[in-house]
Amino acid sequence: MKTLDSRAWLVLPAGLVLLITFLLPVGWLLSRAFTFPQPGLQNFALLWERPVYLRVMLNTLTISAIVTPVTVLLAFPVAHLMAHGSPRLRRWLIFLVLVPFWTSLLVRAFATAILLQRHGVINSFLLGFGFIDEPLPLLYNMTGLLAGCVQVLLPFVIFPLYSSMARIDPACMRAAATLGASPVRAFLRVYLPLTLPGLMTGATLVFISTLGYYIIPALLGGARQQMISQLIQDQIATFGNWGVAGALSLVLLAATGAMLLLLQLTVGLKEIAR
Amino acid sequence: MAPWRALRATLVVLVALFLLAPLVVVVVISFSAAPFLQFPPPGFSLRWYDLLFTTPAWTNALLVSVELLVPSSILATILGTAAAYGLVRGRIPGATAIMACLMLPIVVPGMITAAALFGIYRGLGLNGTLTGLIIGHTVLHIPYVVATVASALRVQDAQLEQAAATLGAPPWATFRHVTLPLIMPAVLSSLLVAMILSFDELIVSLFVSSARVRPVAVQMWSNLLGDFDPTIAAIATVCFVFALLVLVADLALRAGRSLRPA
Amino acid sequence: MEKPVLELSGVCKRYDALVAVDDLDLSLRTGEFLTLLGPSGSGKTTTLMMVAGLQQPDAGAITLNGAPVADLPPYRRDIGMVFQNYALFPHMTVRRNIAFPLEMRGIGRDEIGRLVDEALELVKLPGLGDRLPRQLSGGQQQRVALARALVYRPALLLMDEPLGALDRKLREQLQLEIKRVHRDRSISVLYVTHDQEEALTMSDRIAVFNHGRIEQIGTPEELYDKPETRFVAGFIGDTNFLSGRAVGVSGDGVCEIDTAAGRIRASTRQPIAAGATVSVAVRPERVVLAPTQDDAAGMAGTVVDVIFLGTARKYVVRLADGSECIALRQVSDRPLDIGGSAVRLSWPVERATAFPA
Repeated sequence: MKTLDSRAWLVLPAGLVLLITFLLPVGWLLSRAFTFPQPGLQNFALLWERPVYLRVMLNTLTISAIVTPVTVLLAFPVAHLMAHGSPRLRRWLIFLVLVPFWTSLLVRAFATAILLQRHGVINSFLLGFGFIDEPLPLLYNMTGLLAGCVQVLLPFVIFPLYSSMARIDPACMRAAATLGASPVRAFLRVYLPLTLPGLMTGATLVFISTLGYYIIPALLGGARQQMISQLIQDQIATFGNWGVAGALSLVLLAATGAMLLLLQLTVGLKEIAR
Repeated sequence: MAPWRALRATLVVLVALFLLAPLVVVVVISFSAAPFLQFPPPGFSLRWYDLLFTTPAWTNALLVSVELLVPSSILATILGTAAAYGLVRGRIPGATAIMACLMLPIVVPGMITAAALFGIYRGLGLNGTLTGLIIGHTVLHIPYVVATVASALRVQDAQLEQAAATLGAPPWATFRHVTLPLIMPAVLSSLLVAMILSFDELIVSLFVSSARVRPVAVQMWSNLLGDFDPTIAAIATVCFVFALLVLVADLALRAGRSLRPA
Repeated sequence: MEKPVLELSGVCKRYDALVAVDDLDLSLRTGEFLTLLGPSGSGKTTTLMMVAGLQQPDAGAITLNGAPVADLPPYRRDIGMVFQNYALFPHMTVRRNIAFPLEMRGIGRDEIGRLVDEALELVKLPGLGDRLPRQLSGGQQQRVALARALVYRPALLLMDEPLGALDRKLREQLQLEIKRVHRDRSISVLYVTHDQEEALTMSDRIAVFNHGRIEQIGTPEELYDKPETRFVAGFIGDTNFLSGRAVGVSGDGVCEIDTAAGRIRASTRQPIAAGATVSVAVRPERVVLAPTQDDAAGMAGTVVDVIFLGTARKYVVRLADGSECIALRQVSDRPLDIGGSAVRLSWPVERATAFPA
């Protein structure tokens, strides 16, 4: 037993680092919700009473709920082509999706902002071709935020979806056809359900990522799109209100955890590394 | 079938443009002659790159970034590789639960981690220090290393290590001569990933930095909120090229890995 | 008498509720080729793993060359092991694979070179030293694995179904190779397989495993001709099993049994009560066929099929209770004009064994 078990101790250094530099600090922050400035549940009461907090929390949920289906819908044809196109096309598509994936979030958000400006590429294009008379407000509003989130999160759906699609036995679709299903019905009743694991994984990743976003709403969204993370930052940096920050963090974490639980129950969590 | 294919092709092209256009724009603007973010730019100039490498704010930031990403990614890789090896080969009860815990830094929203570290660092005087940044980045990136290396270990035949043991190799020799060479592509890949993630990391760095100890990402952020000039586009292009090089290196590593026997 | 190179006494291994190895005693003499034979899950591989040190027994003692190995990890035991999937290090050439155990023992480079060459000669693969494992065929890889396990002359060679991944022809070829190496080097071998033909071909002695226990241990001839349990009789070679009721057992171990097709006799080494249900094991080549004569001894049956096998003929005889008995006659024997007709079956008493059912 000694030879094999002794290797188990190798987990200890990482585990200790995690415990001391991550679990304890986060635990501390969450505990502040119950202890700052006085022990009790006042912070949660505050979250419920003050309209700004409630608004931001609901906003965050709504925004995530909008971003998720949009991202999934746009990711679907790309994943489909990746899975069923020629190998060469597949390699190019993978590269195409990986390149922005590897670029920093800040850079991409910033780049999207440039595109969406009043004098940016999109507006110039539309104005130049006479589609519109005045530049469209594409930035510092829901449109800008949506564009930024979708831009960044598309690869998070494309890859799991592609993974599921690639695993579908082509014989299934052929069987459906011989059994009398039209292409549409075969797609809806056979193909789509088989892509569900990848789809659900991708959707969950998008949802929980959006929930916690800070940079993108700060750069591309307006005041009306303020999200929880921005509020947390505000509470700490501007007001030093660790109690409310802790409470907000707890709410955010709970929402994230709930979505993951949902994924585990419907699909089963499998860590898809890359 | 044809109308569906046309629709699919159109959507894919649109998405492709959507994904690439912003990057193209950034790269082009970085060479702009104008001091504001205008597209298409009026002329060609390298002044922003020049500014990037001469302005102390930026050169300091680049230095800090390098001083930050090298130790943190190396630490994350060592700790993560050890943890992955222990988890996959060590036959620990509850290994799945421990693996899940090690993945937490990815699951927990960045803002929470950042706020938590900031709060704890206040008491320890680690805010505004390189050490504080290194610690934060290390723990943030351990999960990526663990996931990648564990995945490679699971694919590898455990019997190879058994064979090495019967041939007289003590555990460390087995790791050095048998296991490590075979998982090296995964280890190097995760080292590169950790480096890139560290270079791009903003939220934790934002909280823990100070005016003097400030990596590139934070410098970019403060520039974005202040005056917006194409220097940002220049540094963004540098980031992008760096990431591109690493991606190509990673793909080459994977291609090399696929030449190994199954 | 020489001390055995390997000794197991009272060894037990449990996996939760499942008993994998139950109170095992075993000893291997120096230079002996001992095979652990049995179906999957019978405990033979687990036993091998415990000898190697890759698993720990829950109870009992294992000694190697007289010294207990309980505290020794695999890399300090004087063993060499060959695995079913070869376990060659894919990133090392054949030479480096074979040199590996020598490097672990701190042997000098020149000496290593000489020993590796010698090992490659032993397994008849000179000149393949610079190839990578993936460039070799299955049979070649297994030979490299063998060379690697032998190059440092361990006291004991362990082999875990090494030929299981190979096709039949290659298997037979390598069986002979392994036997040759065994003879040339006089090494002690502990071999695990579920293939009884392989065990019979290669072994000095065979230990038949069933449900974690050794049912019988002996030479191939002993196991074939004098099985001690019903399991061993059925596992090794082809056997007919005839059921009936014991009438009585005589003093010299001859049992009289009443079957639906007549009274038969078999030998037995176990006490059998009169009236007990018994199962008689008799090998097809020991069954004697005779054209029917009403008052002759033996069982009555009808030949339903005659199958020509080249060197022999297989006669499928249906008995009165519907069961079948197979008789094998060499083609060189006087041919019987039986076809479709009634026959009587008999055999020498010492060639049939009765077991309590």
